[in-house]
Amino acid sequence: MYKYDEYDQQMVDARVAEFADQVKRRLAGEITEDQFKPLRLMNGLYLQLHAYMLRVAVPYGTLDGRQMRMLAHIARKYDRDYGHFTTRQNIQYNWIKLEDAPAILADLASVEMHAIQTSGNCIRNISSDQWAGAAADELTDPRPWAELLRQWSSFHPEFSYLPRKFKIAVIAAEEDRAAMRLHDIGIQIVEKDGVHGAAFYVGGGMGRTPMIAPLIKDFVPLDDLLSYTEACLRVYNRYGRRDNIYKARIKILIHELGADEYRRQVEEEFAHVKSLGIDPPKAEYDRIAAQFAMPSLDLSASDEIDRTDPDFAVWVDQNVAAHKVPGHAIVNISLKPLGGIPGDASSAQIDLMADLAEKFSHDELRVTHAQNIVLPHVRKADLFAIWQALDAADLATPNLDLISDIIACPGLDYCSLANARSIPVAQKIAQRFSDPARQRDLGELKLKISGCINACGHHHAGHIGILGVDRKGTENYQLLLGGSGAEDVSLGTITGPGFDEDGIVDAIERVTDKYLAERTDGERFVDTYRRVGMAPFKEAIYG
Amino acid sequence: MVEHLQADGEEPCVTLDAFLEQSNATAVRLESDEDARALIPYLDRLKLIEVAFPKFRDGRGYSSARILREAGYTGELRAQGDVLVDQIGYMKRCGFDSFAPEKDLNPADVEAALSRWPEHYQAAADGAVPIWKLRHG
Ligand code: HEM
Ligand code: SF4
Repeated sequence: MYKYDEYDQQMVDARVAEFADQVKRRLAGEITEDQFKPLRLMNGLYLQLHAYMLRVAVPYGTLDGRQMRMLAHIARKYDRDYGHFTTRQNIQYNWIKLEDAPAILADLASVEMHAIQTSGNCIRNISSDQWAGAAADELTDPRPWAELLRQWSSFHPEFSYLPRKFKIAVIAAEEDRAAMRLHDIGIQIVEKDGVHGAAFYVGGGMGRTPMIAPLIKDFVPLDDLLSYTEACLRVYNRYGRRDNIYKARIKILIHELGADEYRRQVEEEFAHVKSLGIDPPKAEYDRIAAQFAMPSLDLSASDEIDRTDPDFAVWVDQNVAAHKVPGHAIVNISLKPLGGIPGDASSAQIDLMADLAEKFSHDELRVTHAQNIVLPHVRKADLFAIWQALDAADLATPNLDLISDIIACPGLDYCSLANARSIPVAQKIAQRFSDPARQRDLGELKLKISGCINACGHHHAGHIGILGVDRKGTENYQLLLGGSGAEDVSLGTITGPGFDEDGIVDAIERVTDKYLAERTDGERFVDTYRRVGMAPFKEAIYG
Repeated sequence: MVEHLQADGEEPCVTLDAFLEQSNATAVRLESDEDARALIPYLDRLKLIEVAFPKFRDGRGYSSARILREAGYTGELRAQGDVLVDQIGYMKRCGFDSFAPEKDLNPADVEAALSRWPEHYQAAADGAVPIWKLRHG
């Protein structure tokens, strides 16, 4: 895992000092809320319905036990004893006091963490594959590139006042676990003639105008990765729309220009930018990559798993994934227990996950965009002990990628922009499908809920998506089918008129019943939908 | 033609359109939506380029500044408009060397803002050596 050197630490410390000074001036009344707002936003501090919300960056979702424990400490000391893991692989605290914010940032800095660029119209936290460095199917570990991008984008002087926020994801496997093509820039490390390079997909995004990023360049040599990114950003900074906040994302620019014209402009800019010498040498990549080296795993570890305990066996089948090293596995910890709030974890649970990482996973954890936690490097022989510890803490729900593994935004319970509540709907759906055997029978089914058109809950990318809308002052839910954020990326289609809170749960059940009636062997829900189309589902829902 | 009067004795800036027509002026003002590259053939002759920041959120001027410096412009490069203390560090890194804020800035705050960051992660137009270069000598 990447460790700060003196330079990295110095940058974060300077930021803490700066923000402490800004908060002091704000509390003393020397600056107005209006002047303070952009400053606090650059430090991840939002004003929400009830209190300040602090968003802490977890770069590319990777953290160690000490950092995880600090997240628990912050929840315990400054919040209401829990934190909320987000779809951007970050963590949010919902009940923060402004006067505590500088102390929290200082606590974070003491474990090489920060809240820099977690909001504002700048380059946000770089996201990546939560199984990076462990996945059996990856070409290489994408995180060294994500870390290079993190450093390059931190306090970038030209790109801190972009038309709109800017999100970058980097992956290096064919299976896309990071919704790469729904980012402003999605980078996939690929191989051509034995050499690695970067495919650039630019102009994806969700929000009110969802778009799948088109391929802008199929193979950027890795020595040019930062120059090429800089060229992509410069064209956007100069020509992205600033007259209308809803049209300011790069996806609109590319949609209006066309991918070919955008590519032409980027290539022209790149020819110039490449001459500026902004790409670090290979030695810097090597320095970073060395820190992401695979931990020294026990190569003689047994590949056998004792499946005597039936509950354990179910969990292994659902929540454990293949590791690249024999005898090892990737553990996915579901933060979606029945009746829980998707992505929430208590301080005690966060501490427990930190303990397990230290003891069993070479001190590493990951946050996933589906709001779960991963222990990436676990010996198969230790799985049973891990499962027992998780089970005792209500963290062993065996529902990864099943219908109750729901992504939900904070919605009207916390968010000032919401039209409708997301959390209670998620809970009701999980309740309706609470029978684990029924969930497993339904198979992979990604359900995603947003409380408004901003799409923080990725509803466009759900196999089943739910969008909260305001209909004549009452909460109403639209249903979407057929989206995907994975390598088979697609955007969901609205079924028709919306539903109230109970109606949406019934509608989903009619959809899943229809799927069970229509599916052929081995077909996932989304495959059946793609094969038979909307009409049969529509009929099942509306009669 | 719109003129923007500056400090005493200074030649007023002409607009980009005016400059491109009667190009013996040595001071020009670039609005945030104008293309800095239009000035590249004339950089030798220019003494002052003023870049407008109509709102601090409008970050196009940062790219304009870098483009001009990258093209070899060495004259005065001025940020004018909604220029706030929390932005001037970035402006300086993009090549601005003078500031004409609409609202006066507290000189102590400016000093603090400009000296806050000991080093920088990335190369820009201020000649600062990026951290990756410091790491590898
Ligand atoms: C509670 C306070 C929140 C507010 C006020 C908020 C606000 C917004 C807004 C205005 C957008 C649309 C931006 C645009 O399209 O330009 C957005 C998008 C998004 N937000 Fe949030 N959000 C909040 C919480 C969250 C949380 C908790 C998550 C993660 C679970 C999240 C993840 C996202 C994502 C993934 C997008 C979509 C990005 C895209 O369009 O590509 N947000 N948010
Ligand atoms: S989708 Fe809407 S309701 Fe949900 S968190 Fe985002 S802005 Fe708030």
